[in-house]
Amino acid sequence: MPLLFAVAALSGAALAFEILVMRLFAIIQWHHVAYMVISLALLGYGVAGTFLAFTKEWLKRRFDLAFAASAALFALSALASVTVVERIPFNPLEFGWDFDQQLNLAALYLLLALPFFFVASAIGLSYSHLTREIGGIYRADLLGAGLGSLAIIGLLFVLDPEDGLRAIGALGLIASALALLGAKGKGRLAGFACLAPLLALVLLWPGALIAPTPSEYKALSLALRVPGAEIIAQRTSPLGRLDLVESPTIPFRHAPGLSLASRLEPPEQLGLFTDGDSMQAITRFEGDLERLAYLDMQTGALPYHLLERPKTLLLGSGTGGGIWLARLHGAASIDAVELNPQTVELVKDRFAAFAGHVYEGPELSVHIAEARSFVQTTQASYDLIQLSLLDSFSAAAAGVHALNESATYTKEAFEAYLARLEEGGLLAITRWLRVPPRDALKLFATALQALEARGASEPENQLALIRGWKTTTLLVKNGAFEADEIAALRRFCTERWFDLAYYPGIEAGEVNRYNLLERPYLYLGTKALIGPQAQSFMGNYKYALEPATDDKPYFGHFLKWRALVELIGLRAKGGLALVEWGYVILLATLALALAASAVFILLPIPFLKRAARSRSQGPSSEGPGFARIAGYFFALGLAFLFIEIAFIQRFTLFLGHPLYAVAVVLAAFLVFAGIGSGFSQWLTKEAGGPSSAGYRGRAIAIAISGIILVALAHLVALPPLIESAVALPRAAKIALALLLIAPLAFFMGMPFPLGLSRIAHDRPALVPWAFGINGFASVISAVLATLLAIHLGFTVVVGLALALYLSAALVFGRAR
Amino acid sequence: MRARAGFLWVIGLLLFSVPASDVCADDAYAGDAYADARAAMVREIEGDVRATARWIGKGELDPRVMEAMGTVPRHEFVPESELRWAYANRPLPIGYGQTISQPYIVALMTDLLSPGSDDAVLEIGTGSGYQAAVLSRLVGEVYTIEIIPELAASARKRLARLGYQNVAARTGDGYYGWEEHAPFDGIVVTAAAGQIPPPLIEQLKPGGRMVIPVGSPFLTQELVLVEKDAAGAVTTRALLPVAFVPFTRAPE
Repeated sequence: MPLLFAVAALSGAALAFEILVMRLFAIIQWHHVAYMVISLALLGYGVAGTFLAFTKEWLKRRFDLAFAASAALFALSALASVTVVERIPFNPLEFGWDFDQQLNLAALYLLLALPFFFVASAIGLSYSHLTREIGGIYRADLLGAGLGSLAIIGLLFVLDPEDGLRAIGALGLIASALALLGAKGKGRLAGFACLAPLLALVLLWPGALIAPTPSEYKALSLALRVPGAEIIAQRTSPLGRLDLVESPTIPFRHAPGLSLASRLEPPEQLGLFTDGDSMQAITRFEGDLERLAYLDMQTGALPYHLLERPKTLLLGSGTGGGIWLARLHGAASIDAVELNPQTVELVKDRFAAFAGHVYEGPELSVHIAEARSFVQTTQASYDLIQLSLLDSFSAAAAGVHALNESATYTKEAFEAYLARLEEGGLLAITRWLRVPPRDALKLFATALQALEARGASEPENQLALIRGWKTTTLLVKNGAFEADEIAALRRFCTERWFDLAYYPGIEAGEVNRYNLLERPYLYLGTKALIGPQAQSFMGNYKYALEPATDDKPYFGHFLKWRALVELIGLRAKGGLALVEWGYVILLATLALALAASAVFILLPIPFLKRAARSRSQGPSSEGPGFARIAGYFFALGLAFLFIEIAFIQRFTLFLGHPLYAVAVVLAAFLVFAGIGSGFSQWLTKEAGGPSSAGYRGRAIAIAISGIILVALAHLVALPPLIESAVALPRAAKIALALLLIAPLAFFMGMPFPLGLSRIAHDRPALVPWAFGINGFASVISAVLATLLAIHLGFTVVVGLALALYLSAALVFGRAR
Repeated sequence: MRARAGFLWVIGLLLFSVPASDVCADDAYAGDAYADARAAMVREIEGDVRATARWIGKGELDPRVMEAMGTVPRHEFVPESELRWAYANRPLPIGYGQTISQPYIVALMTDLLSPGSDDAVLEIGTGSGYQAAVLSRLVGEVYTIEIIPELAASARKRLARLGYQNVAARTGDGYYGWEEHAPFDGIVVTAAAGQIPPPLIEQLKPGGRMVIPVGSPFLTQELVLVEKDAAGAVTTRALLPVAFVPFTRAPE
């Protein structure tokens, strides 16, 4: 039936649009802003439910045309909203200073909510109109969304975001055409007559109007201001847009944290920007390693002064600076691990000659993988595992990483790194030094706990920490540090005017000499962390120093509530600079979503009540009340995404690359839930007739029991299963992931259509309202899941999801 | 809108009434329309300094610095669209991805240089020219270099128009400093960078001071003070411009 295809196409287009807008905003602004904007724009889904509650009778009478018009409006508004949004002078950096920015932000939400509003209007209307097909529509909705997400992730490797956006518009128009097939007479003709020019408009929409331009404050924009600087290569993928910049008149000279004792200037460099920020440099190499000696004047060079020709693993090899440093010190072998294949391609192929063929050599192996997964999978062992400093300082400074899940810096990750070290080998981690200190102390605490978990009896003898004026480097040794190593460490620091912060036996007199902090924070902090008062020290410290774990993988989250309150009090006196914006934005997003949901959910209730009274014939006054309906659909909306998000996180590590995880897990959930929904349709059609309310109630109870049982089994069995299957080839891992997700998703696809078809039967006027509530809950869910995971962990998020499913079954699963 | 247009008109009138030659520009502004706003800004800076006294090591800044802050017409250095914020204690956009720092931060940075009346000071990153104008009232010679040609040109014109005659400005690469006029008693590097160019450290006199604001645009997170002692040894000091201690209680 064409309408089901129309629903699938439209739903796919909407999900693709969501992912694409995230990408666009990550290029224009920063990804935490992208996250907020898209979360709130999705409120358009919920608002459509409210809108339909008022208008559905009128729209139902011209269903096919209304659907087709909504789909066409989606297509148009998708392109138009992006066009306008890119011209709003929104500058999140001024957010704390300037009230106008808040108005700009509100305009962004409203504009981007439009396309979602139109999609949800079309789909919500289908549920109200074709009440006997609810299971089938939901199946089409989910399958379409699943395929849409897979398609856009694939397409973003080959298409520019602009072309991706045009394709999404076209898909929306295809959905519109499919719906028109069901219409009759003049309307149908007129509809098709409109679609042809619309298609031309969408396909010919000027790229210049929708191409993302990075904010003028991003590093790429600043670099391009320099006379003569230009982009000489560009790559785009779902992992980010890469811009390679040549700056012939004023060189980049990228050498973060370079020692003040150094007189060395880096050779010519090309700047590689990811999403317009986070610069790395490709350094010209013409055979003279001496020209690269400046690399040895950074804190990250420390481990090479303690080891002889180490077998080295570089996690995050990027543009290859770490490889040169390893070669400078004659590393016996180098395994270079990099997440982004396009980065490696640029350095290894296109600019190989410039880069001195850095990615080639008999001692070097290159691996495209996520750092942690690589370590988890490899059987090799190393003398040195080096974690590079790849994120930009300004991004780190503004706390935009607070929401980044990262399996790289968790306690379990440290255990995995340590397990791959040879006896006496070193793990070296370099980070930006932020004042007041955060990262370095959290890393230190994480290393301590990991060492303890591996049974070290005196972990404090296996750690060393140094700092320059801008960076810190932590060493964790597989074994206790020896006197000659400590001598080498002190020599390294003295020659470079770096400060000692910790080594076994450090004295108060030798810290805080070259780069003075108001107090020797790192020395005092590390000393407290190895002492008996570690817990109370962490409790009293104003930043969160508790190590990240796989269950709470937020290394970048440092903010404590009481510090936030204090800093906002100090906002005009410099406090704004210390606020962690990623987290604040998360809170603001949640608050706004809650407020909007409350308004739009409550708004139509009096109207719906009146409508129900005036048409009190039939079963309409007998079904479940407003509170039960709201409770049921709100709980389902929260729970579905809680589980989905938790599983994406679980499988990221397993599948080895975040893109595979998002694509596989998202698609698997949507597709198998779609199949479950189709099954529920079959169940209710079989049942039919007057007993169906009770029948559906039982079906809901069974489906939710299924969800709870399978999810509980996952909580228990998944970690060991994943552990034992981690070394399988990727195809087998993907198959296993699908197999594991299928039964859970199958059951999860059932409660929504079963509940909705029950309402369609008992109280049809409330169908769009219920649909809208589910939409609001989904938006809140995505934001809330992150907040809960930061503070309580993903296990709790899954547990809460199950409690929500259980309560949904209790309010709705009974026959009456 | 109407009030703003009125403002602009007054400013325009004032501009044209500035005597062209030997009178120092600042005197022309002694009774200008912004005098009250500027005085309020100075009081606010004094308040912020007192509130952060423990962190910056003093309860008040050098009175000469405060006097300069109270004289330099900041509204001349901000774009028209930001005029209403000219004397607000906040950073402002000046175009080209650059900002003019928060007055409190400018005062703090200037004070950290311990400017002496015969000093030669080098600034990397002219921006709008505001920092150079403040410095010009305090030291003998100011040399300022800007990388973005458009900003450099407009700042040079502005500084000349306002009569800051002891400021030399040029466009170009700040990495190598300004060899002909080196060494310097003070250097301000307002360009964001993960490194301090070695030539700048070389061009710092023994006993000289260099100040580097660190952070993202609009948000100065810390000020790094680089000091070179008489023997040429270099130390840095990270100063937080906000009254915030991470330790609730001192660890033992």
